[in-house]
Amino acid sequence: MKGGGGMVFRGRVWLTGDNINTDLILPIQAYYLPIEEQASWVFSANRPGWAAQVRQGDILVAGRNFGMGSSRPAARSLKNLGLACLVADSINGLFYRNAVNFAFPALEAPGVAGMFQEGEVAEVSFEDFSVSRAAGRAGLPTLPMPPQLLRILKAGGIYPLLEGLGKIAPVDG
Amino acid sequence: MGMTAIEKILARNGDGEVVRPGDIVTVRVETAILFDNNFMDTTWREILEVKDPGKVIVVFDHRAPAAQVASARAHKRGREFVRQFGIDRFHDIGPEQGISHVLVADHGYGLPGTVLVCGDSHTCSAGVFNLAARGVGAPDMTYAVTMGETWFRVGETIRYDLHGTLPPGVFAKDVFLYLADRYGDHATLNIEVGGPALAALPINARRTLATMAAELSAEFATFEPDEIMLAHVRARTQQPFEAQYPDADAVYADRRRIDLDAIEPLVALPDTVLNNSRPLGDVAGTPIDQAFVGSCANGTLDDLEVTARVLHGRRIDLGVRMIVTPGSQGIYREALRLGYLQSIVDAGAVVTNATCGACGGGSLGVLGPGETCITASTRNFKGRMGDPSARIFMASPATVAASAIAGTIASPLAYFR
Repeated sequence: MKGGGGMVFRGRVWLTGDNINTDLILPIQAYYLPIEEQASWVFSANRPGWAAQVRQGDILVAGRNFGMGSSRPAARSLKNLGLACLVADSINGLFYRNAVNFAFPALEAPGVAGMFQEGEVAEVSFEDFSVSRAAGRAGLPTLPMPPQLLRILKAGGIYPLLEGLGKIAPVDG
Repeated sequence: MGMTAIEKILARNGDGEVVRPGDIVTVRVETAILFDNNFMDTTWREILEVKDPGKVIVVFDHRAPAAQVASARAHKRGREFVRQFGIDRFHDIGPEQGISHVLVADHGYGLPGTVLVCGDSHTCSAGVFNLAARGVGAPDMTYAVTMGETWFRVGETIRYDLHGTLPPGVFAKDVFLYLADRYGDHATLNIEVGGPALAALPINARRTLATMAAELSAEFATFEPDEIMLAHVRARTQQPFEAQYPDADAVYADRRRIDLDAIEPLVALPDTVLNNSRPLGDVAGTPIDQAFVGSCANGTLDDLEVTARVLHGRRIDLGVRMIVTPGSQGIYREALRLGYLQSIVDAGAVVTNATCGACGGGSLGVLGPGETCITASTRNFKGRMGDPSARIFMASPATVAASAIAGTIASPLAYFR
């Protein structure tokens, strides 16, 4: 995140395609591992070795219907991998819920998939809902995140909210 | 300007205002189903307060019976939760074990016109009963159980009108494969199903279609109410409900006619069902290692009947492992009583207890490197059923059974003449 406390992310772009499914993000073999270890399995079937190349603050840019498939906490793995945020042409409805609830920032921007080369630097703003080449001027508007959902995201996800309401116990330690 | 069925259901369970695409609505949750994955160490957050234990159902299905200590720990935690909050509707390992979506149909847990959520993506299955039923994440479930409500983004609705009659040997799964091939994903969209042919489709066939809507990435799949559906629910629950019909002037993003007579047996090629189906002639002869019939989409009594009909008096190929998993122990017992399981087992297949099993690659039929499977279940993603180099073809239970006999992908039509 960049200055001023606003949600603006600037990071190196990784590209991925259309209809990326949750089994590719969180394969069944990783399901029984501790949460921290699950992240290293992201895309192990379709892009072996990739997870190790991701650096803190990188940005994932995807095509249509990102995160299709199961309800498994795939968004949590992307967050734990160090990715700052996701921008996709469109995001699967169930994945989107998990992204908001696990506080993994994600926006939809139709056309974004063709906007970047891998390794370029992108700037993604949750303040004015845009994505742009950090080096250039041209920005692409994203679909806005509704205020109710942005509130959950900024609170750090649904669990801190429920803790605050006394509905669930805080995590030990 | 009227509302579609799903818009009406969301409206009446929200603040009663008109619901339109683009809205974010907060709705009361009538039924919240927790399943064993929700109780895993890596998922569970300790709940201190349940809004209404009468609206919560607990089911062990994905890891049942436990095959790892991690699953056994989840089950133990689930049982403690059930005791602590006095949850009456609890499906532990035993006679009422089953896949949550199948139990919803078996037990009349889905009340027409209401909202049902579960932390499994195939929850849309209950849309057959005219519900706003959606798979959500584990955090959503924690919210729904403690707060009694949830939120939805309202999308536009595609209306499908079914016409005609399915030819012999062609099944609801083939209808789905046709839809998925022709129209691809339905991300951000709702599906509404009705039309003159709906009345001739048994509840179990409708369930296959509704369950598979998850594979189209639809937000909701809601069926128009009819007497068959209403009688099914009324026979299983005393709870009052009000089914919701779409308004005559409802607005749809598109209206599509499906002629059932024109559909033939189809097979989806590995890795996705979207725009990926082929007629049997294109793939027949492909050698297989494993054949699977089961899951929330194809573990119904009708699926077992069809499987038994193809296998009866025959023998599956010696090079093929065939695994059949009923959707619930109730269905298992009924299939046993009716002799279906006898035919299936005599043919050389293995019948397992009711569970998600091989569909999710968790247990009871995991695929090895380079193996080929033909499956009548929910998903053929790369790595879904085991090793990522395994190939998963998807088809109807009839096609899977015919293929198991042949040892290669094969047409079922000869068995239904």
